[in-house]
Amino acid sequence: MSTDNNQIKSKEISEEKIIDFTNPIIEINNLSVKYGNSLAIENVTFSVPEKKVIALIGPSGCGKSTLIRCINRMNDLIPNAKVTGNVLFEDQNIYDNNVDATEIRYKIGMVFQKPNPFPKSIYDNVAFGPRVNGLNVNLDEVVENSLRKAALWDEVKDRLNDSGLDISGGQQQRLCIARTLAVNPEIILMDEPASALDPISTQSIENLIKEISKDVTIIIVTHNMQQAARISDYALVMMSGEERIGRLIEYGENKQVFDNPKDERTEAYVTGRIG
Amino acid sequence: MAREEFDKELSILESQLVIMSGMVEDALLRSVKALKNRDIDQSQRVIELDDRIDLIEVEIERFCVDLIRKEAPIASDLRRIITILQISNELERMGDYAEGIGKINIMMGPEPLLKELIDIPEMGNISVDMLKKSINIFMKKEMENLNETATEINELDNKVDSLNEKIVTELLEIVKNDSSKAEKATYLMWASHNIERFADRSTNILERAFYLVSGDSFHGTTELQKHIDS
Repeated sequence: MSTDNNQIKSKEISEEKIIDFTNPIIEINNLSVKYGNSLAIENVTFSVPEKKVIALIGPSGCGKSTLIRCINRMNDLIPNAKVTGNVLFEDQNIYDNNVDATEIRYKIGMVFQKPNPFPKSIYDNVAFGPRVNGLNVNLDEVVENSLRKAALWDEVKDRLNDSGLDISGGQQQRLCIARTLAVNPEIILMDEPASALDPISTQSIENLIKEISKDVTIIIVTHNMQQAARISDYALVMMSGEERIGRLIEYGENKQVFDNPKDERTEAYVTGRIG
Repeated sequence: MAREEFDKELSILESQLVIMSGMVEDALLRSVKALKNRDIDQSQRVIELDDRIDLIEVEIERFCVDLIRKEAPIASDLRRIITILQISNELERMGDYAEGIGKINIMMGPEPLLKELIDIPEMGNISVDMLKKSINIFMKKEMENLNETATEINELDNKVDSLNEKIVTELLEIVKNDSSKAEKATYLMWASHNIERFADRSTNILERAFYLVSGDSFHGTTELQKHIDS
């Protein structure tokens, strides 16, 4: 968990709840989301260092998925969702009118809880993004490299024309990661990517996350505390009170959050006493 | 409240540790008393007591491993279990020191002591007091109490060290004047050394309790003192 390239300026995490990184890849400021009249998350502010794994944890209904969906404008697809505040990526608020949401979603990819390969061949699943984007690349190379990065190549290299739906759940999830990697994203958002997988597949997804985080920033929502403790460099904790509005309550380095949380609500959550 | 069963099991585990600590206190006080009174039977009982202390350590270790396997503890729960494991290991070694004094008494045979024991029983009493205070910090888990009591324990440890030095100096003086007393003097030096080590282990328990309460690990009382001073 080196912080060499992401020196922490402020240590006053408990008061500020913000870690101030020198060159964050994403900066989120006063982000609030409403679904109709109902406030889902309020005034969330934090920044994300480059090429690190950030675990987003908290009890069900605290707004983790809402928050992660804001980072690549997936909430645009939800009727009545209204986002205020800003999400700075490459020096621009991704919610500005001149920003193309589709382009953002290629740079900030997403992997969901349930593997969702297209009903196409393994090859075509991976080649989908570059083709749709009209990227002038050698597709064979992109497919092979992406599948290799997703630690799937050796298992599927002889069956690239088989349907993406004909492989195991764990392989399907890695295929979805390969599909996301094929368009060279800078960030990958993962919403409980291993929760539907068996322990072996979970292990390979975790290994994969650590491996690809050398090149890509990963923000992962997980309910599995041990998994969050194993794979993350930083952890961000959200919690909602009786009014059901999600707020960031703690953000810190993995060791701090999982060994000795500053906020007693974090302590209660990570030790399984609430949530 | 979620995890009620886990909380219950942690409490049972801590109770076992407190029982073990009580047995170790008993073992040291009895071993010193037996040495003072040249009571071989009592020393034999201390040696037997150490076997029971060793068994409790094994039980505590098994219990901890079970809890780690079943509950995958994190944060303060993990620190609590790790601390219990470490303290039980310290207590086991402290039991060995008491047992060692028992063996010394037996090895000395029926001969009378070189002199009446005054400082060694005092060292024993102080060391047991240190142990009680350290275990108390562990059980209370409060930072405020830690600072004052830690300073007190460190001062007591210094006192034990001074008494040990005084005893060694006195015994060396006796040997210098009469070399035929070397064997008896050496036995008493061992006994004194065992109590001095017992006291050191009490400060280790204090350090473990510090880790539990603060989440910060450290090595040695100097670092603890720095923390207290800050």
